[in-house]
Amino acid sequence: MDAIRTEGLHKHFGPVHALDGLDITVTPGTVFGFLGPNGAGKTTTLRILTGLAQATAGRAWIMGQEVGKGETRQHFGYLPDVPAYYGWMNAREYLVDFVAPLFGLRPADARKRADELLAMAGLVDDAKRRIRGYSRGMRQRLGIAQALMHRPSLLLLDEPVSALDPLGRHEVLEFIAGLRGQVTIFMSTHILNDVERVCDTVGILAKGRLIIQAGREELLERYAQPVVEVDFDAGLDDVAAWADSVAGHPLLSGASVQGRVVHLAVSDAKEAKENLLTLVAQAGLPVQRYQWVRPSLEDIFLRLVEQ
Amino acid sequence: MITLLKKELREQWRTYRFLIVVAILLVFGLASPLIARYVPDIIRSIGGIEGLEQIIPTPTTADAIDQYLKNCAQFGVILALLVPMGAIVGEKDRGTAAMVLSKPVSRAAFLLAKFVVAALVFLIGILLAALGAYYYTGVLFEWLDVGQFALLNLLFWLNLLVYLALTIFASTLARSMVAAGGIGFGLFMLMWIVGIIPQVGKYLPDALQGWGVQLVLGGTGDPAWGAVGVSLGLIVAALVGAVVVFRRQEI
Repeated sequence: MDAIRTEGLHKHFGPVHALDGLDITVTPGTVFGFLGPNGAGKTTTLRILTGLAQATAGRAWIMGQEVGKGETRQHFGYLPDVPAYYGWMNAREYLVDFVAPLFGLRPADARKRADELLAMAGLVDDAKRRIRGYSRGMRQRLGIAQALMHRPSLLLLDEPVSALDPLGRHEVLEFIAGLRGQVTIFMSTHILNDVERVCDTVGILAKGRLIIQAGREELLERYAQPVVEVDFDAGLDDVAAWADSVAGHPLLSGASVQGRVVHLAVSDAKEAKENLLTLVAQAGLPVQRYQWVRPSLEDIFLRLVEQ
Repeated sequence: MITLLKKELREQWRTYRFLIVVAILLVFGLASPLIARYVPDIIRSIGGIEGLEQIIPTPTTADAIDQYLKNCAQFGVILALLVPMGAIVGEKDRGTAAMVLSKPVSRAAFLLAKFVVAALVFLIGILLAALGAYYYTGVLFEWLDVGQFALLNLLFWLNLLVYLALTIFASTLARSMVAAGGIGFGLFMLMWIVGIIPQVGKYLPDALQGWGVQLVLGGTGDPAWGAVGVSLGLIVAALVGAVVVFRRQEI
């Protein structure tokens, strides 16, 4: 049984096709990064899965139960992109007195579970403070805690770190990474670095369609195009001139410059390993660093979205 | 539903809405008989106007009840429009509705909990106002029949429930709190204007107040059962309409 499955999901807002036949399958136990540029349809997908919006056409299932036919909300916990709370409540009462009874948890279980989650979220010391005074990072961590309150088998996270500062992002990503193996996580984001850090499976969405879905490592392997970075200790003009001069070399499929660093996209890795260093040495410029680098998910994402 | 009711009750208390509603109604409940009794005396005491004492009538029990009902109705309707106008649209706008409705909560329960608790808050407010008004009317004028006075207040509460239900309906339809308040006020004005026509007015919710006064003063006018039916019908229609609209909405 798939954690999430959609078939030909469409969502139209007048002439705008936010989703245009989305087919996706999420295997239980994965941390699925749902990647896409802004406006690709990520939030729309999550809103349809949670029942907050209806699809124009197509079907979706959560843990084998069709969305819109029967109660699917017991199966998942959801964190919207900007979680909102009743600011007059404190975190503990929000979890124990409000969220837990909505899922039918007994008071003793609710108190125990809330204590566990508040500890996991690093909110024990602030549990009795009104949520109104919480920072964004604290709200986000409380958002994940409330989504986990009823021990769901699936966690739906919509851009969980996009609104946070670097420290807040680090805290929340650590929290999410710590959940690996306990729950299936479906996380939408446009921040590729976050996906590389915590996700094991990636789906890339563009213009309302899934353009690829694969394991993170598989994706990196499949679309790997070796790149060599050369960091020169020379004038910017000299570095740029050299990059221009070698861009068309048979060993390379391209060359780009960032300051004094030249990125050389290699067309044949084996041949390049034998001869590229000689080519660089022929530049006659002092070299600080010569390094083979792995393509990032960002490189792959940009390439696929542009296609 | 119980969880939602508890949350609504706490919210009314913690955001001071409960205190505001109860305090305003209580103040007018206590002050109205005093105003009815002493304002004429105060005006009479103003010297220098010839014949003023003859013009100012001696206050009666009817004046006290009239004063009580007018004051409480005026402010009660304003509160019934202001308090629930953000009930649905405010939660949708802030994002709290999405947090709640992505959990196993029916939209009907979410909406009805708001109406039930608002109705309860107004009931408590009217109860306390009525106790104050009853006591001072008894001390300053005459002791009223408890049953009839209770009935007057029950009819007044039913009257306010219509405005509460209509405002919650408006809050479901509108895209902003101001718009919700505007729709609620528009519906109130519509009923007020239509109510000027006597043949129609006697069936509208505001006619409940007149019937209540008659009951307390031992009048022999017609019972406003039609207005009771219309009021209940409007409450049910507004709430059912709100639930139907809310179920179709995307949050």
